[in-house]
Amino acid sequence: MIAEAGLAALWLAAALAAMQVVLAAIGVRRVLAAPDDESALTTDLIGAVRPVAIVQGALAALAMAMLIAVFLRSDMSVLLVAENSHSEKPWLYKFAGAWGNHEGSMLLWVTILGLAGGAVAIFERSLARATLTATLGAQALIALGFYAFLLFASNPFARIEPAPADGQGLNPLLQDPGLAFHPPTLYIGYVGISVAFSFAVGALVARDVGPAFARAMRPWVLGSWIFLTLGITAGSYWAYYELGWGGWWFWDPVENASLMPWLAATALLHSVTVLATRDGLRAWTVMLAVVAFSMSMIGTFLVRSGILTSVHAFAVDPTRGSFILALLVLYIGGALALFATRVGTVRVGNTFDPVSREGALVANNLLLSVILGVVLIGTLYPIIAAGFGVQLSVGPPFFDKAAGPVALLLVVVMAAGPLLRWRRDGWRALTSRMAVPGAAFAIGLVALLAFGRGVALLPLLGLALAAGLAVASVAPLWRRNLLRTPLFTWGMVVAHLGIAVSLAGMAAESAFTKQTLVAARVGEPLQVGPYTVTLKGISPVIGPNWSALEAHLVARRGDAPAIVLRPQSRFFTNPVTVTSESAIATRWDGQVYTVLGQIDPSGRVQLRLWWKPFVTLIWLGGALVALGGALSLFGRLLRERRARRRVEAEAWA
Amino acid sequence: MKGLKLWLPLVAFVAVLGIIASALYRPADRTVYSAMVGKPLPAFETPPLLPGKPGLASAAFHDGKPKLLNIFASWCVPCVAEAPQLMALKAAGVTIEGVAIRDTPQAMRDFLARVGDPYAAIGDDTASAVQLSLGSSGVPESFLIDGNGTILLQHVGDIRADEVPGIVAKLRAAR
Repeated sequence: MIAEAGLAALWLAAALAAMQVVLAAIGVRRVLAAPDDESALTTDLIGAVRPVAIVQGALAALAMAMLIAVFLRSDMSVLLVAENSHSEKPWLYKFAGAWGNHEGSMLLWVTILGLAGGAVAIFERSLARATLTATLGAQALIALGFYAFLLFASNPFARIEPAPADGQGLNPLLQDPGLAFHPPTLYIGYVGISVAFSFAVGALVARDVGPAFARAMRPWVLGSWIFLTLGITAGSYWAYYELGWGGWWFWDPVENASLMPWLAATALLHSVTVLATRDGLRAWTVMLAVVAFSMSMIGTFLVRSGILTSVHAFAVDPTRGSFILALLVLYIGGALALFATRVGTVRVGNTFDPVSREGALVANNLLLSVILGVVLIGTLYPIIAAGFGVQLSVGPPFFDKAAGPVALLLVVVMAAGPLLRWRRDGWRALTSRMAVPGAAFAIGLVALLAFGRGVALLPLLGLALAAGLAVASVAPLWRRNLLRTPLFTWGMVVAHLGIAVSLAGMAAESAFTKQTLVAARVGEPLQVGPYTVTLKGISPVIGPNWSALEAHLVARRGDAPAIVLRPQSRFFTNPVTVTSESAIATRWDGQVYTVLGQIDPSGRVQLRLWWKPFVTLIWLGGALVALGGALSLFGRLLRERRARRRVEAEAWA
Repeated sequence: MKGLKLWLPLVAFVAVLGIIASALYRPADRTVYSAMVGKPLPAFETPPLLPGKPGLASAAFHDGKPKLLNIFASWCVPCVAEAPQLMALKAAGVTIEGVAIRDTPQAMRDFLARVGDPYAAIGDDTASAVQLSLGSSGVPESFLIDGNGTILLQHVGDIRADEVPGIVAKLRAAR
């Protein structure tokens, strides 16, 4: 019954989404036909769109709740549960298993989409009525496509007859607390971008591209950007400790699929600020919203169709690929066609000097777009090459060389941008304001050249620029009353500082990592970086649904207390898989990372040991960036509320 | 002109879409093809690892006789599993030349004593230099090389028992 209730909720939600599209289309058409007629705005047609959006979101959430319920109850008569769960799994993985598969994750997608649409309907007050209605119509059109995808090509509630005695289990790599939160976080990010896209479409349809639209869109862009940042940071750390190869980013197609929307959203975040505060970059902001959403759609497509070989390609199915491709054509193709026909009617906004805050933000946007292009080309190139019968993969050597220098240039612009005035500024003033950050950069560079022998060029520049950026990012706070500094300025400072911290971590990791790969005997001391690691022994361990061999390692550095590390090689029976669980010890200046490999017949144990100085800064920086985003979002919402209160108070006076 | 320019994003998008669609409908081929097949063996020279067993140089592959080049190591577990197949190939009259990756004489002696010694020569490749020049990404890997030093086949991973007759036939044909 639970599964049928879920399916019924899904069908009802789809029907409401269809209704929402029709109501919004007719309503907006009437308003646009008679722009001066106040009565068109207050018809029942337009009035109905909001409640329909809210109920549609609630129904999608109900369907998701039903799916989680059948997973928690281990109802093996539901095909999806039988294929992806097992009654003996810990409850957290039963719960997370609901979206650890294709159908469930798509249902999560539309649930978040529906809830976001409902939230727009409830909370958005400042936007013109017609624009808001068009936005909700666009949002429903997106939802409708995904409802159809679920109902016709990947029904999560399908039954299996007869029901098997037990399920096949969840991929052991996914049996990790991180998984419970990684996909939902990224999906909230992706879907938030879809809201921004709907706003852009709504503004184009209603011919209302201006500061009001930008202000309405900004919290959604900011919110989804925060979640994308968190999702990417957490995903990177998950890959780092769970996959056991010691790296934190591999330019895997699916990693790229999450990075591309982030790059586009970062660009959008900055251009929407220009539009909201200075009424510039109108067409460009609309374009970026479309690009950001198409990147998140392409991301979904790459993950779901399995056309690229990747660690994430769990579901490989061309029919599903075709369906998502069709949606891609419909939404992005439609939006771009709308852009081409309508953007001519968008009048040019305010203009500005090249040396100004706006100018720096444009430079930021261009550089981010270049990086986005590099990542997109690198990701799709193997597909193009395969079309000509050439087999190749594009990996770190290409991306590091092509995107690295552009990213460092972006860091320079990022350091200068916040120190510039809006509209018009001078080179001389900028130079004097950049003196202290420039000095920090120079000191860092000289120190590294003097003491860090043999550091490669990119990490060298990365470390020195991180020092410069760290100083430059807090510069906007100098000589300011810190208590009266607006929260969103704090947000910018924290986020930019986070980038500096993360960059320092990346550069330090790539410049100073020490690696040892050995077949070790018990008792033999091994050297990795400043640590001496000794293998004390190997013992078997039994877990809830796995058994493992565990190495007992003791790491010592100088007189510091010894660290005990226990890396495991885990054997899962449902399904049969071996995974390696790395053991990591974190110290203030880096991490000792150990992985247990195979044991050869003569009793020697393969061990991989790393010393990674300051590697934790990468994720700490990511967290700071997200925190900065959150401060900024909170600050903007607070200011808007205060402004609304003031307007209301004036209305009473 | 300006009107036309506005359609450029759509054109770019359609191009990207075409690429993706072509990949989606092309049957997936997950075989890894070697770029080394048909190319001459890169020149190398390695010292002997064990006293009494010669080292290996690429010149040895130009004597008109096809041979099997085996990249292996004493610390590699699949190499142990592969050993019986290599012994069977040797019994069938195949000359097997070895390159040991990051190994020590002591460990190698123990290894050969345990699993048998099918190798005519074992070169010592302490820095994986030969391995990298051959485009080999792990151990064990085997290369079939004809009498003129041209690579006929790259076999990634251990040779299984059912693959032995095929390899023998290929070497015979190369003669």
